[in-house]
Order: sequence, then C-alpha cells, then structure tokens
Amino acid sequence: MRHLLSTRDLSRQDAIRILDVAEEMSAVGEREIKKLPALRGRTVVNLFFEDSTRTRISFEAAAKRLSADVITFAVKGSSVSKGESLKDTAQTLEAMSADAVVIRHWASGAPARLATSDWIDAAVINAGDGMHEHPTQALLDAFTLRRHWAKISGVPSVGSDLSGMAVTIVGDVLHSRVARSNLWLLETLGASVTLVAPPTLVPVGAERWPCRITYNLDEALAAGPDAVMMLRLQAERMNAAFFPSTREYSRRWGFDDARLAALDTHGLDHTVIMHPGPMNRGLEISAAAADSPRSTVLAQVRNGVSVRMAALYLLLSGDEHQSPATEPTQENPR
Amino acid sequence: MNAPAPARYLIRGAALLGRERADLLIADGIIAGVGQGLSAAGAEVIDADGLIALPGLVDLHTHLREPGREDAETVETGTRAAARGGFTAVHAMANSTPVADTAGVVEQVYSLGRRAGWVEVRPVGAVTVGLGGTQLAELGAMADSRARVRVFSDDGVCVSDPVLMRRALEYVKAFDGVIAQHAQEPRLTEGAQMNEGAVSAVLGLTGWPAVAEESIIARDVLLAHHVQSRLHVCHVSTAGSVEIIRWAKARGIRVTAEVTPHHLLLTDELVRSYNPVYKVNPPLRTSEDVQALREALADGTIDVVGTDHAPHPSEHKDCEWAQAAMGMTGLETALSVVQHTMINTGLMDWEGFARVTSSTPATIGGLEQQGRPLAEGEAANVTLVDPEARWVVDPDKMATMGRNSPFAGTELPGAVHATFFRGHPTVLAGRLNTPHPTAAEESTWTG
Repeated sequence: MRHLLSTRDLSRQDAIRILDVAEEMSAVGEREIKKLPALRGRTVVNLFFEDSTRTRISFEAAAKRLSADVITFAVKGSSVSKGESLKDTAQTLEAMSADAVVIRHWASGAPARLATSDWIDAAVINAGDGMHEHPTQALLDAFTLRRHWAKISGVPSVGSDLSGMAVTIVGDVLHSRVARSNLWLLETLGASVTLVAPPTLVPVGAERWPCRITYNLDEALAAGPDAVMMLRLQAERMNAAFFPSTREYSRRWGFDDARLAALDTHGLDHTVIMHPGPMNRGLEISAAAADSPRSTVLAQVRNGVSVRMAALYLLLSGDEHQSPATEPTQENPR
Repeated sequence: MNAPAPARYLIRGAALLGRERADLLIADGIIAGVGQGLSAAGAEVIDADGLIALPGLVDLHTHLREPGREDAETVETGTRAAARGGFTAVHAMANSTPVADTAGVVEQVYSLGRRAGWVEVRPVGAVTVGLGGTQLAELGAMADSRARVRVFSDDGVCVSDPVLMRRALEYVKAFDGVIAQHAQEPRLTEGAQMNEGAVSAVLGLTGWPAVAEESIIARDVLLAHHVQSRLHVCHVSTAGSVEIIRWAKARGIRVTAEVTPHHLLLTDELVRSYNPVYKVNPPLRTSEDVQALREALADGTIDVVGTDHAPHPSEHKDCEWAQAAMGMTGLETALSVVQHTMINTGLMDWEGFARVTSSTPATIGGLEQQGRPLAEGEAANVTLVDPEARWVVDPDKMATMGRNSPFAGTELPGAVHATFFRGHPTVLAGRLNTPHPTAAEESTWTG
C-alpha cells in the first residue's frame, strides 16, 4: 500500500491487515503511556481544505501517538474563491519533506490528484474528498462493526471479517462520501448492505452498486439489520428541493424514538446504531437513539484514532510484517 | 513591387478522395488541372504516392481565444494548428473577451485571420449580447460586416430562453444565417462535472445528465420547424440526442448536427483518473453513446465533425477536477481520430470523410471557396493525407499553445502530409511551411 485513497480499491487482505494492526494500536491506547516510537523523525502533514475539527484531531492524535512530527496546514478558500492551488501547496509540503499527507478536500478526487501527479512523493491519505470517499471513516466503522460481530459470534476480532452481517445505511447517499466508502468496504469484508434514502438522494447509477436500495426505512428495519448507520443530513440540501422539509425527512427517514422501539419489537437485541458525527439530533437521529446502549457513536470516535494509527503506520513503516506494538521501546522496554 | 512568382505545384499521383489516382496541378490559387501525366513544367513536384487528396478540412467549431485570452491561444497559433491538422478554414467561436457580439469584434477576428494567413478564419457571432442570454446581439450588423458572419452561437452557454431562441432562429432567416446551439439545460446542469451515470455515482462528481442536452435539442428542432428556420446542434454527445435528430430530419426539419472527435473515441471511464485533461463540455459519455455517435455520423444523422478545439493554459488543468477548465485541444488530432474511429472501423470511406469534415461544414457555414470538389477551376484548398502513417500524440510538439490533449501518448493513424490554402502550401512534408503570401499584404492595411 502506497496511498490510502479509497476503499473501493482496497483488497480484503489489506483491509483486514489495517483492522488487525488497529487492534494492536487500540491496545496501546489502553496503556498508561499511549505512545509508540514507530514514526519518530517522520513528518505527517494534515492538509485541510475543508473544516473538520473531528477528523483533524483524530489524525493528529494518531500521528502523535506514533511519535511523528505533525504539521497542520489549513488552507482557507472555498470552491468559490480559488485560494492557493493544490499544486503549489503540495510542492510546498514536498519542499518541507513531508512523509505523509493527510488531505481533506471539498473537491472529489483531490487526494487522487495529489497521489498520481508528480507534485509530491509523500504517501497520501484521503481524509474525505467531496462526495467521493472517506476511507478511514469506513475503516473505523468496519473496526467497530467487526468487534461487535466477533463478540456476538464468539470469535476473536483479529483476522475475522463481516461475513453474514447485514448493514443498513440510511440518509443522503447522493452527497455522502461516508456511504460510498462504507459500501465498498463492507462488501469487501463480506457484509450485505442495504441503502435507504429518499429517491432524490440516491445517485443515478447506484442501481449497479453491490447493494439493495429501498426508500422505506421501516421495511428495512423489519428486515432485521445487524447495524443501522445513519448519515448526517446537510440542512442546505433542502434548498435544492431534494425533499419538501426537514420535518418530512425526519418522519420518513429519521431514526426516531418509534423506530428505536421497533428494534425491540422486532427482537433485534444485538442491532447497533451508528453515526459518523456530528449528529443533527432530532433530525436524522433522535436524542434517545443517539444516547441509547445500542449507539456506537463514541466507540466510533475512539476507534478512529486506532484505525488512523494503523493506516499511518502501514503506509510509513518499511516493514509491514513487524508488529508495531511489540517493538522494543524506551517507554516499554523488554 | 517584387511580387513572388506565382507558385505552381504538381501533386503527382494522389488518390482523390481515396479512390482513383491522378495528378493535381495547382497554380494561381486554383486547381488548374486534374488528370494523368500532367506536365510539371515550372512547378514544384510533390510525390503523392500513397497519399490521399481531400478538400481542405473545415471546422465549424474552433476556440481561438483571441481577443482576450492570448495566454491560451491566439489567432496566429490556433490557425497554425489548424493548418497542421489539414484545415483550410475554421469558424472562430464567439466566447472571446470581449465577446464577438458586434461588427467591430468579428471584423477584428476576421482581420487577424487574414493577417495570419494560415487558413480562412470565419468568425461566429454571438446570439446574445455578452452571451448573456437576455438580449439579441446585432446579428444583422455582423452579417453585413466585412466578416460576413453566417453562423451565430453562444457556445459555452445555451440559449436556454425559448422565446429568445425562437426569435434568433426567425431573425437570421433575413440573411440566411444559422443558429448553432450549445444544448445544455442550465438548471439541470448546475455544478455539473461529468456525465451522470455509473461512473459519476462512484466518483462523487456532480452529474451532467444526457436529458439536459436532449431536452434542449427536442425543444429547438420543434422551434426550428415552427418558424421554418435552420438549426445547427453543436457537439452532440448522447445516443438520445441522435434519436431526436434522426426523428427531426425524417420530418423534414432543417437541422444539422455536429460531433467532436473526442466524443467519437473517449468515454467517461477515463474520468476515474480524475485527470482534468478529460474534463470537457459536453462531458465524455458512455461507450453506448460513442457507438451511437459513430453510427449517426456514418448514416448522415450527424452531418459534420467539429473539433471544439479549446486550448487552456496549463494552470487551468493542473489542479483539482472541480477547479479545472472544460475543454480539449483538437485541431491537430481531428483527422487522425476520425480516421481511427470511422475509416479504420469500416464505418466510412474517405469520400464520406470529406463530406463530414469539409463539404458539409462549408455548406453550413456558407463558405463558397471551401469544401469544393477536387476539380479544375476550383479554389485550391487541398489536404494530402498519409493514411498509413502512425504517430504518437505529443502535445509539446503541437502548434497550438494548449497542451490539453486527451490523446497525449496515444498512437493514432493518419498524418497530414501537406495542406494547400488558396494554392499555397501552409504545410509541406508534414511540417508547417509559410502562411499564404497575401498575409503580408493584409498586415500593411490592417495596421
């Protein structure tokens, strides 16, 4: 693996390797001293063309726990005002000898441009690009799901996949990079995926995707999913007439209290509720659902650091076969 | 005045339109003789063994960028590129800065073309003031100007207001003009980045649906029928558009249609690279669309090939997909791409090639001296093609200033050996030669 740009081109082997290394990283997070020297002397740049405090601090924490030097580069400018060009920024980072660039960009494909151009040599990690992909989010979701699935199946998490698991993703699929990355990765890991969305928020062309698509959330819940993943709704979508009102959206596609109760009615004792955050409470998810024991929201955040540590470690460390957490360290000498 | 001796050229043994071989004698700007064993006395002989003689190519759709974006292209560089591509005439699109929406601007472009002397430059006039889509430009003044504009287009922008489109179609009947429509329903394509379909769904790029083109074409052929006027549809890109145009022609509606070389070859699968060299408007479509376009060009539903040559400075392509400008260069690859997609596939012969790249576009544009038969007494606008040549496209070696060729690195068949513009070889032995000698005279009186 040279870059992490999408889950669509991630092999099952690589995906499981990342998740397994993330398990080791997670163990580091439970130590008193949560730090490994693995990336000492390496420079990781967080290059953010779009505001995202959560993803940025998650990557920062991941890089710092691996002892990398972290530089955060927030580029002002939007799709309207052109701002500094990606090429100039990339070449600046190249001149600073960045070893890895974690890029968040509002334009789909910007990380791919960075990785395939001759502007920069660094490893590129896609931290979310436009409506395209958000692979580390999908990996942390898969990590969360795998732990859950392994637990109820009574098998160890490490080395396992999501075979037989049914995952339902609900909301604005059209504009969601989280939905796309999850779909590809879940399919690779053996889960079956159902997408639930208003017809206006299902992309033309999605009929070829490896999933079931339905417009009816209640039917999808009655089908007994093992996990329900709610997508964040951007309020501005309403202005483009994708649906009549947020209230109507919420009634038809929101995970409200009635639907939370329906999980019990259907006898779905193990079904979890996921959300990538930040949540619009009362819109796509009710407060009761978000705070219920079924909710994995905080576990997802916690797992995000482990998964991002794994991604950085695998991209930047020369030896893929050495276990990072068992390296002799000053903090943890053997 | 020491005028150079009138040049005579004897083209020996070219296959005329790819058929029978004959000699062509070019003298005093015209084809002075066609036949076997013509005398070479006083003439420079060009051995055309293995070469095909065609009427010089005519492009209905070229962006020369001057005035206003001379960093992208000038009339000089764009027409050099045209000559190298085998063209003897190009129609310069109106979306310059200032827009070619007055007699003054079209005459400027016309004069720049005359002064350059590489091909005939016929300006296209804007339909609406500033391409703004609200007020008709002075179409009559442009028609009556020295540039004698006959083709009007807001290309780059669709004349989406149905009333304005109707009026434009009606009004140009006064001087046998034609409205060349860039068919793109604006509301359906807000923020559009690529063809809407299976690939856009995966890439997360905002879709440009086929229906946005097809709905405008359907409306416009009905309008053209209603007011009994002439419509030209620029750069048709979808199978559905082909069906609508076929239907309209069957009903006797006066519509002509154009396809670009890139839409005959490339598909939206290329966008998976996110390389903006593949960003173009209308966007690259699917392989089913490509096949339908080829068949439509072969059966006459689509009348002409137009390059939509659109050079851009490198910084407009060396960026994120969403930031990149739309457009591809095309003048120097058009002949090869059409040979590759239409002739080498058996869909069309060289006579058909001459129809779609020369005679029909000349008729649509109202160019009396272009697209004519290779016959005695006709203006000597002639292109010699080596159909057996193969070459690898290298944008750095092109005459256009634009480096945005989607065919970079691709091996293509067919090469322009020579281009004769009004009897003068602008290209000889595959290399740019010199502009037409009258270009120098032009510069003395155009200042």
